Amino acid sequence: MDKKSVSDKKTRQAKWDEPLLFERSIPGVMAHQVPIAEEKIRKEIGSLDSLIPEAMRRKGYPNLPEVSELQVVRHFTRLSQMNFSVSLGTYPLGSCTMKYNPIINEAVSSHPGFAWLHPNQDVRHAQGALELLWELEHWLAEITGMDAVTLQPAAGAQGEFTGVMVMREYHRCVTEECEQRNEMLIPDAAHGTNPASAAMAGYKVIVIPSSDEGLVDLEALKESAGPNTAGLMLTNPNTIGVFEKDIAEIAGIVHESGGLLYYDGANFNAIMGVVRPGDMGFDVVHLNLHKTMSTPHGGGGPGSGPVGVKKELAEFLPVPRIVKDEDGFFNLDYDFPRSIGKVKGFFGNFGMLVRAYSYIYSLGYQGLKRASEVAVLNANYIAYHVSRIRGFSLPYSQDAPRMHECVISAEKMKEDTGITAMDVAKRLLDFGIHSPTVYFPLIVPEALMIEPTETESRQDLDRLISAFQAISDEAYSNPEHVKGAPKSTALRQLDEYRAAHPKTLTLSWKMYQENKDE
Amino acid sequence: MEWKHPWLPITHETQTDMLKTISREKLEDLFCNIPDEFRLKRDLDLPPSHSEYEVAKRLQYLASINRSADDGRVFLGTGAYPHYIPKIVPALAGRSEFVTSYTSYQPEISQGMLQTLFEYQSMLAEVLQIEVVNSSMYDMATALGEAARMTVRVKKGRTRFLVPGTINTEYFQVLQTYTEPADIQIQKIDYDTKTGLMDLNDLNAQLGDDVAGVYVENPSYLGFIESQVDEINEIVHSAGSLLVAGVDILSLGILRPPGTYGADIVISEGQPLGSPISYGGPLLGIFGCRMDRKLVYQMPGRLVGLTRTEEEPHEQGYVLTLSPREQHIRREKATSNICSNQALAAVTAAVYLSTIGPKGLHELAQTIAYKSNYASRVINEIPGVSSPAIGNSIWREFVVRFSEGSTAYDIHEGLIKNNLHGGQILTGVYPELGESMLFCVTELHDLQTIDVLVETLTEITEGGA
Repeated sequence: MDKKSVSDKKTRQAKWDEPLLFERSIPGVMAHQVPIAEEKIRKEIGSLDSLIPEAMRRKGYPNLPEVSELQVVRHFTRLSQMNFSVSLGTYPLGSCTMKYNPIINEAVSSHPGFAWLHPNQDVRHAQGALELLWELEHWLAEITGMDAVTLQPAAGAQGEFTGVMVMREYHRCVTEECEQRNEMLIPDAAHGTNPASAAMAGYKVIVIPSSDEGLVDLEALKESAGPNTAGLMLTNPNTIGVFEKDIAEIAGIVHESGGLLYYDGANFNAIMGVVRPGDMGFDVVHLNLHKTMSTPHGGGGPGSGPVGVKKELAEFLPVPRIVKDEDGFFNLDYDFPRSIGKVKGFFGNFGMLVRAYSYIYSLGYQGLKRASEVAVLNANYIAYHVSRIRGFSLPYSQDAPRMHECVISAEKMKEDTGITAMDVAKRLLDFGIHSPTVYFPLIVPEALMIEPTETESRQDLDRLISAFQAISDEAYSNPEHVKGAPKSTALRQLDEYRAAHPKTLTLSWKMYQENKDE
Repeated sequence: MEWKHPWLPITHETQTDMLKTISREKLEDLFCNIPDEFRLKRDLDLPPSHSEYEVAKRLQYLASINRSADDGRVFLGTGAYPHYIPKIVPALAGRSEFVTSYTSYQPEISQGMLQTLFEYQSMLAEVLQIEVVNSSMYDMATALGEAARMTVRVKKGRTRFLVPGTINTEYFQVLQTYTEPADIQIQKIDYDTKTGLMDLNDLNAQLGDDVAGVYVENPSYLGFIESQVDEINEIVHSAGSLLVAGVDILSLGILRPPGTYGADIVISEGQPLGSPISYGGPLLGIFGCRMDRKLVYQMPGRLVGLTRTEEEPHEQGYVLTLSPREQHIRREKATSNICSNQALAAVTAAVYLSTIGPKGLHELAQTIAYKSNYASRVINEIPGVSSPAIGNSIWREFVVRFSEGSTAYDIHEGLIKNNLHGGQILTGVYPELGESMLFCVTELHDLQTIDVLVETLTEITEGGA
């Protein structure tokens, strides 16, 4: 590996002195001419005053910036340059699967036949969209080993809420033990959305501790599972990146207690075409298309969180369901009286579903499997080399291979040098690399959760390893240098305490003006 | 020959080499923790891989058999609204620095997204006349569900939530799904079947010390403007409940913003701010509240706050803030489970509002008022047709009622034969409105098309009579 390839002298983020657009406003300047109604219409209607009750008329214009078209272009182009992205560099943010977001997927989703299709148009006008959704549902069912899929949830967390609501409806209608089964079992290493989603659906959360190997503690699970158990929400591979090898026993314990098994698909990128939740005993699964199927994260969303279920649970999925009749005609079916109802307007984040379709169609069965294989190879390559760098280690199940991600601990480095996982994360930014997820899962001290994904080249992986090596060298020779990071980003470290403090809390330009006046 | 793909840069040769450096013999070894009994021993039953050209061709085909609404001959709204999108909006919001970034967990390297979202929050706060707007929810339907749950958290011990009888039917369904597991009772308030306005006597009768919040829609789902907002404000707050206002964001170019009539929580659909209708998604849930810590600390979703660098010289910057409300910190005690939101749609809205500006928003709302009122008026002149069939003042959407023999379904079919698409069929949903449809007219519907619509409706209703 060529250590010379990383240097904080060679890379820096763009920086523009770009105030809020409000501060650039000059009354009377405009960036766009909106269409006005035809003269005949205006004549016919006359004054708008007759159309709007006086009590409901807005007095004056809203205080929006008044700037030229070029000023808008420059403002947002400059801001975009101060935003790190997959298109700019390695983004090994664990659990987020920051893989390449193919340009072709963006292009196809903006076709007017998709972008300008209204959700309430006659289904005869939407056969292409419905065929796409129907086919995608079936592909996702095949990939997860499930029998039925809904594409309605807008994000992973909404998929969890949907899946848990489906489990609840199953207990209400089938086991008729809904009231009694009011507990959801969730491992301590789970994503925060799991307990939050279960609580939103009315469940009491029972935390299952991890074993010394960082896996589900079977004895603890046995103790917790029982007549009050609605189900277990499990991420497999788990959040330390290790496959729960005891999955057969886990599924047995949960099912014997009368509960259902829920699969959190956040880590699905490890297993496409290798193993399927449906074959491992899971009853419900959600996928994050914005992770596994490469739809872009857009700075936080929109995502897409389809849910797949076994056939006993299919009738509880949200409506409408997409159906295909004998003549090959696609339709929307609302006639599922035991459905949980609707979780979102219309049919989900359709634009994201088009991108996911395009992704799967491009890679095909060969490519999805290969993507997972390479994601796992890359994560193990990183785990092996980074854990051998001074100050870093690979806690839990050291000999077990990692799947699509690994969690490195900087505990030793902190003891030796005072340099924390957060310091390492910030210093990585100086090398033009995004930081890993830090301090998660909670069971790993000084955690750095690294997910390189399959779309990084060997050179990029080596660069990432070199950056960890360079930071380690600095930590042991000149820790102050690491502590001051980042230095090559648009801004240095920001005062988060001040942002949240009641005296200085400023959430809008309006609040800024009001605070200033006080 | 080795199977290859442009998105997978690790060749088999590189793989062999990498495995060697980590002391593993073969790729298979990395999967040894997966019990053999569960391993998939066949290929996935999916299409094979395709070249980019083949992908483009397949998607082009699927898109082409849909009937696109971009010709201004489709008169549908109900939560997804066709509007003109200035060309600079997708060009800027579509920059891949925005598109391919994650939630801004590392603020030093994510100032572009954070500042843009702060501007989104700020611009929406101005349009709504309320201090705090979060950085987005999934859509207005889920925003309503979250708003109802928030009123119950703020007004501890109260468990009822009142909604107008004319509520958007889709939003109502989502509201039920969101509130049912929290044991919140949703009740509808009566309305005047002629004006559509909320029945204030019924509102008073239903209010009590167990009502956490009351929801108003403006303009309502059925298109009319709810003009009793000051009275509603007073009644709701006298009962100690919170007022939740669901407003149309573009209408606020000419209509009174909800912050001026006492709304504690404001929700809206942000898709009209530069996002295409895209078969109903992605949409954009706008969610705001008054700057009252009791409210803000119970708010769902992410918030971007203004701050400065820690060290001197202090520079202004932006961070995600008040995150102890959220799931990644508070877990089952979080205000919501929301994690991914609709950030890119919020970026789009920020660029859109920057582009059309205050006067553009005002003029656009006027254009829509002119065109929709014109369309309603000329449709009303057709014998046997009344429009608006409910309400006195309408904006963008209006109910058209057909009597004398034509069913809404006949009208729908007749319009389709003439390459037009009528409004949403309401027959059965609101029995008192009889055979009716909810039409939507925006700046995309020109005079000529509106006149063609009227001619065609005339022919169909004459034929049906």
